[in-house]
Amino acid sequence: MTTTTLVKAFLLTVPVAFLATQLLRSLPLLPRILLGIVAGFGVALAAVLWVPSGIMSYLVSFVIMASIYAVLTLGLNVQWGYTGLFNIGIAAFFAVGAFTSALFTTAPPSGALAAFSQQLFGFGAPFLVGLIAAGIVSGLLALLIAGPTLRLREDYLAIATIGIAEVTRLVFQNERWLANGPQPMRGIPQPLHCLVENPVCSWLPGPIAGLFDGFTARDYTFVYLFIASLVVLVVYIVLERAIRSPWGRVLRAIREEESSVAMSGKNVAAFRMQSFILGAIIMGMGGSLYAHYMVSIDYSHFDPLYATFLVWVMLMLGGSGNNRGAILGAFLIWGVWTGTTFIIDLARPALAAISSDLPARGPYLRYLLVGLLLLLILLYRPKGVIPEEKYVSQPG
Amino acid sequence: MQLLKVDSITTGYGEMEVLRDVTLEVAENEIVSIIGPNGAGKSTVMKTVFGLLAPWQGSITFDGTDISGFSPDRIVREGMCLVPQVDNVFPTLTVEENLEMGAFVMSGPLKERKEKIYDIFPRLAERRRQRAGKMSGGERQMVAMGRALMLDPKMILLDEPSAGLAPLIVDQIFEVIRQINDSGVAILMVEQNARKSLELAHRGYVLASGMNQVDGPGTELLDDPEVARLYLGGEVVSAAS
Amino acid sequence: MNQSVSNTPPAPATQLRPGERIKRILGSRTAGVVILLLVILALILVANAQGVTGNRLLSLTVRGVMLGGILSLGAIGLTLIFGVLRIPNFAHGDLMTGGAYLGLLFVGFMPMGNPIGPFSFGYEFLIAMVGSMAVVGVVGYLVDRMVFTRLRNRKSASIIFAMSSIGVALIIRSLVYLGWGADFTFFYRGRPRPSIELFAGIRVRPDQLFILGLALFLIFLVYLLLEHTKMGKAMRATADNPDLARVTGIDTERVVMWTWIIGGALAAAGGVMYGLDSQLRPEMGWLLLLPLFASVILGTIGNPYGALVGALVIGIVWQTSSAFLDPAYGPGVAFLVMILVLLFRPEGIFGKPR
Repeated sequence: MTTTTLVKAFLLTVPVAFLATQLLRSLPLLPRILLGIVAGFGVALAAVLWVPSGIMSYLVSFVIMASIYAVLTLGLNVQWGYTGLFNIGIAAFFAVGAFTSALFTTAPPSGALAAFSQQLFGFGAPFLVGLIAAGIVSGLLALLIAGPTLRLREDYLAIATIGIAEVTRLVFQNERWLANGPQPMRGIPQPLHCLVENPVCSWLPGPIAGLFDGFTARDYTFVYLFIASLVVLVVYIVLERAIRSPWGRVLRAIREEESSVAMSGKNVAAFRMQSFILGAIIMGMGGSLYAHYMVSIDYSHFDPLYATFLVWVMLMLGGSGNNRGAILGAFLIWGVWTGTTFIIDLARPALAAISSDLPARGPYLRYLLVGLLLLLILLYRPKGVIPEEKYVSQPG
Repeated sequence: MQLLKVDSITTGYGEMEVLRDVTLEVAENEIVSIIGPNGAGKSTVMKTVFGLLAPWQGSITFDGTDISGFSPDRIVREGMCLVPQVDNVFPTLTVEENLEMGAFVMSGPLKERKEKIYDIFPRLAERRRQRAGKMSGGERQMVAMGRALMLDPKMILLDEPSAGLAPLIVDQIFEVIRQINDSGVAILMVEQNARKSLELAHRGYVLASGMNQVDGPGTELLDDPEVARLYLGGEVVSAAS
Repeated sequence: MNQSVSNTPPAPATQLRPGERIKRILGSRTAGVVILLLVILALILVANAQGVTGNRLLSLTVRGVMLGGILSLGAIGLTLIFGVLRIPNFAHGDLMTGGAYLGLLFVGFMPMGNPIGPFSFGYEFLIAMVGSMAVVGVVGYLVDRMVFTRLRNRKSASIIFAMSSIGVALIIRSLVYLGWGADFTFFYRGRPRPSIELFAGIRVRPDQLFILGLALFLIFLVYLLLEHTKMGKAMRATADNPDLARVTGIDTERVVMWTWIIGGALAAAGGVMYGLDSQLRPEMGWLLLLPLFASVILGTIGNPYGALVGALVIGIVWQTSSAFLDPAYGPGVAFLVMILVLLFRPEGIFGKPR
């Protein structure tokens, strides 16, 4: 058993341990966490040792994408699940987060490259700065859109969010000076990429750097999986604490019976606004995670189908008002979504038998899939797989 | 001869029971008034009779037909119409169009029927082309009643006809109710304005906590010391309440 | 957090804080119209400053009116469905797309006739359009029976209707993608569409005049229906107050059916005309959705005449803004107008202020 194996298993532990703690819900908190970590590490180690590397790398990239979607779904859960705010412009906050993070962390193009690539600015800042900036700018966008619409009828907010998503997409598509639209923004740095380089990051103390000696560029996804699942974990913990706080209690009260909260003297509009912005900040961070994973992004990555409606299906299926459900929904639906590639491949001969044009159009079956899922969930399982928990708010 | 018979109905919203064992009867050509304190379930009685709320138990018979579980439009066809308490006109439709809507279930020309309504409410005749939303509260009440009368019903239900009207207008509306009754239409009404409505009614029911408490001829109820103590006594029933 | 929403009831007019008073003045209908005119004026001034000639502006305005005519067909159906059935129908744009492609399908079934007069299409196109209108109307009603009726019986919130309509939109679009692919196409590929001079050097294609005329004709039919038929009046009554409509004995099921048939047929006509004016693309309806909602909100939800006015305003603003802005931003400009309306007069030009 090499150091590399152990380190990989360690990097994999976060998501597996999270899963384990969720399965051990009957235990008290501390043993649950400890046991979860031990079990998580064990399973991760077994996976690194015995799962063939091809399947392993597929699994790792699957978990990364599902984690990114989990962040988006958690953000949506704050808005819809807790407060009942209907945001169908997730793509806007996702895209703004992604491009903001990219702008902050890349260096402005220079030399010959400047002729082909333009961007408003580039600070070459570290990933963490990009992540925070993504959250802030996305939150500002939320403030901008919610100001005029949040106090109106709920369907107005829906229309406004769809509008902001379309406008955002148009801007990133047409404005060259901003983020090189419609061409992709390339070269978005991968955080901690130096861990898999040779020599390993110069700023790391020797012994720790030594742990990564066996890593090659192909193993970078393990590092990124660690980062992505850590972000999910942090967002999850923050939200769980928030929803059990007095603040969260007011949010749920607003969703259930707005008038009584208004009468109890709380400023409903302010709470709704805070919830909307918090959700948008989380979505923006999801965008940042996405950008640094993809390395190269352009406007077409933020199509409403998979940047908005897929997230909705995830939340609806998982169970809105429930953070565990949100994460579960993200993983399940991402599984279904990637699975459709295989299904469409399998269906190719059948499609070809109907018409010679159809196989090439197979990918559009995904629209059908998302639409049908949305309708079926709404009609037959409106509460999702894991219904909302009865939260007990802590005093404070 | 009994026209409407509500036989010990129990009902409510969701899990919450609002009415228990409520029984009442309306004879042909009779004015019956239900009074009672706020929250006693007066409006719920109306909703249940009119099929907007299903009874959990008990039955409702109208003109010899068991109408429990009927939808409102079937009940309208049976010859019973409801005038709701508030928002009882279509504001962007003209007065005339409002009346026409009252006869939606009927096909054929409506001219004669409309003229009959205009005879009862000459005020509406003058304003037949005006949008109902632009009219005063009393005029709207007339539009609503006129619409309910379009089908020549055997009976109409009035939910708080005096709600929100000035005292002078209330008198007019009550006069119109008597007039409608004189033309042979039975009336079941719910009223906050207990004294006035009991003066008008042939019989009255007092409803409290979702149950019948007292019933009897309107004037007798007015004299009943218990009713007086409960609902008439200290309470100055202002029309504007 | 920066909201000035207070929980106290509105103060009587005499005690208004200055801010409140300004807000109230800004919220009046006159102010609404003035603001709209100012927006259009600002557009013209900006265009002028950019060196756009008056003639070009005029011709863009004419084009805006035509676009507005097409938009109004979608917007009228959308506002009826919104007002009468309380469904914010996010599938409406895709109903237009579906209508356009059905028209294309039907045109393909028929032998291609010679163009009528100066137009680019033959009689088969008109037959195809009517066929598409009928089918989309029926499809709208069937979707209501399969999806929205259930939600209605469950007394679902309006947002649930919105979300299901998105599901419907995605399904329609997937069928269009599967049937015709993602590329744009035309009703009559390769047929020349010359333009003629209207007046003062303003050139339009005869097709566009036809489109405007047909739009106006269909809107006139809608007017007749709503004002002079029993069903039309019942639809308006239901839009006013659905509960009262039920209590009055109005057959709400039939109102639902006719609202969908009319809304769907108008959407199909709008889609076919949009396809004739420019081209058919699977995303065309989705891109029109925002301008449609902007028109509906501008003209007050549930008011078909308001939707017509709103659509004309949006059409003109869209086209004139393209004098100095990438035309791709058209829907974005419509969105901006909508945000302005929501800021100052959320109930629309024809609504009652709250």
